[in-house]
Amino acid sequence: MSDPLYSWGRFPYAPQTAHACSWRSELPGLLTELAEAHGSTLPYGNGRSYGDSCLASSSQVLHMRSLDRFIHVDWQQGIVLAEAGVTLAEILAMAIPNGWFLCVTPGTQFATLGGAIANDVHGKNHHVRGTFGNHVRRFGLLRHEQGMLTCSPTENTDLYAATIGGLGLTGIIAWSEIQLMPIRSSQIDSSVVRFSNLAEFFTLSAELDPQHEYSVAWIDCLAKGAHAGRGVFIVGDHAPYGSLEVDARSKLQVPLTPPVSLINNLSLRAFNEAYWRSHPAQRTFKRSSYDAFFYPLDRLLYWNRIYGRKGFQQYQCVIPDATAQAATEELLRVIAESGQGSFLAVLKRCGDIASPGLMSFPLPGTSLALDFPQKASLAALFTRLDAIVLEAGGRLYPAKDAHMTGIDFRQAYPAWEQLEALRDPSLMSRFWNRVIT
Amino acid sequence: MKRVLIVGATSAIATACARLWAEQGAEFFLVARDSEKLEQTRADLLARGAKVATSHTMDAADFSSHADMVEQCRVAMQQIDIALIAHGTLPSQQACEQDVELALREFAINGTSVISLLTLLAKQFETQHCGTIAVISSVAGDRGRPSNYLYGTAKAAVSTFCEGLRARLYKVGVHVIDIKPGFVDTPMTRGLPLPAPLVVKPEQIAKRIVKGIENKTDVLYAPGFWKAIMLIIKLVPQFIFKKTNL
Repeated sequence: MSDPLYSWGRFPYAPQTAHACSWRSELPGLLTELAEAHGSTLPYGNGRSYGDSCLASSSQVLHMRSLDRFIHVDWQQGIVLAEAGVTLAEILAMAIPNGWFLCVTPGTQFATLGGAIANDVHGKNHHVRGTFGNHVRRFGLLRHEQGMLTCSPTENTDLYAATIGGLGLTGIIAWSEIQLMPIRSSQIDSSVVRFSNLAEFFTLSAELDPQHEYSVAWIDCLAKGAHAGRGVFIVGDHAPYGSLEVDARSKLQVPLTPPVSLINNLSLRAFNEAYWRSHPAQRTFKRSSYDAFFYPLDRLLYWNRIYGRKGFQQYQCVIPDATAQAATEELLRVIAESGQGSFLAVLKRCGDIASPGLMSFPLPGTSLALDFPQKASLAALFTRLDAIVLEAGGRLYPAKDAHMTGIDFRQAYPAWEQLEALRDPSLMSRFWNRVIT
Repeated sequence: MKRVLIVGATSAIATACARLWAEQGAEFFLVARDSEKLEQTRADLLARGAKVATSHTMDAADFSSHADMVEQCRVAMQQIDIALIAHGTLPSQQACEQDVELALREFAINGTSVISLLTLLAKQFETQHCGTIAVISSVAGDRGRPSNYLYGTAKAAVSTFCEGLRARLYKVGVHVIDIKPGFVDTPMTRGLPLPAPLVVKPEQIAKRIVKGIENKTDVLYAPGFWKAIMLIIKLVPQFIFKKTNL
């Protein structure tokens, strides 16, 4: 009866059969049943991973979204203990009125708690708070052979490290306890300033990042020549006063998937030009709601549908500080030359706070993320981009990936062998199958 | 602050409704068969803002335990503002056709046990002179369809009982709402070949149910489009209806 599940980018096209779990007590039986019937399975949260890391190699996923109960909350200490299928939006809806916020949030609030751990997600405050995994106090991990294990910085430490950023392969995260951070208001004091090239971006980042909790930049990846590298730098902080209000904006929805992508060169150029022009040259300050600041795309439900039936791929890499500027310039040059581009290419300086996770994506350096409508010519472009990233000592983000080669992956993530050694044999994703062989 | 009794508190539709009441700081008396699931539901509602939540383990098929449950609920909350009867099963029609005992057992859980509970609750509500009794029946009770008529018969009995009870309790200021969900994506319906466009999430109908209870609706189809669908199905004459495999 349930509709098949897909990854967010809908590429590769691989419909997944959902096996829903509604109670924690059902998990062991369901895991055994799926492993025996299909060889292996994979936990699937709310389908916000872009590529194939959330797709089971057997196409039979253990759907965790219905495990959405809170187990215990402590509003004195800002500690939430909840089942893994709870979304970040659901946590925020309860935390904000009590004066707490997620220490780290990605660009969507529709990811699940389990997914945020498995991908060790990061956000606009990576330079001050690290990744989501830095704030995970403990979690319950169900392993096929060993049953339920509690993992924390002091218990089952090897599995704790391997599971944070472990792409759901070390076991099923059944529940987790996370630390929140106190806020006085749910509004964000933000300011934006335009920059006309990458050098200016790096100067702004060096100046503004240390002063602000949140920092991110949008870059016009279609701009060439004199305009190359132009963009908008955005910083923000939780407002020191104001109300504690939960997101109640009305949501729009893309009702269906059009046969072809609505994102094409013409619409992109027009959008990017308009976005650039909508920001004044002078630095401007404003106060916005947290949801408008962090989750602008969440307002348009199923926005991934606008890319049509073929779907899209996101390319996200991080380049170490030493080579960041030169390599990013080179990446943007190749992308602009290819004429294939993206709305809102996102540039973000990551900090040096180490994640407890073995396979965490961020490193001290600059992360670049772009969305491309899926077409055959992407493969050649990505090969060129991959060569630049590898040469610069950078790496790609598995949560977004649908293309990287096994050789590149294993070079970029030498800890992969440790993860493979701790992988639960009953779990296997299409991504993992692709990159370890 | 609302005081809410829920029988079948671990069911997906009941949970979705309870979460909406919890946000308003409601007080709960939660009844279900499985104590572990009940405890998890209770903890969730407390975390979501419920002021108090008492859990009570009871198998609705054990009729002799009903009176004690209602009494304990009365002691715990004094007054019941909303009683939501949400327990039930979805029996296999084919299995029921072959096994009289199974058929009667399924009828008891979906039909008679509800009548028993409503009879006891009616006495409590009569003394209160206020409050709402909300019963989850089903669109399946509107017509005896060959694919599902044992379940439908039990739900029809509940709906007819509610109609009479509503007219009786109206005079003393108590409201009875009969809620008729269509296809809902819950553990109960998992694995059934339901038409995807008509299937909704429990959260979607919970909002409608909570609002329907507030507005003192008499009969509530959820989602609303089922009212139109069932109107058409009810109008199909017998000589055609008997030829269908609905």
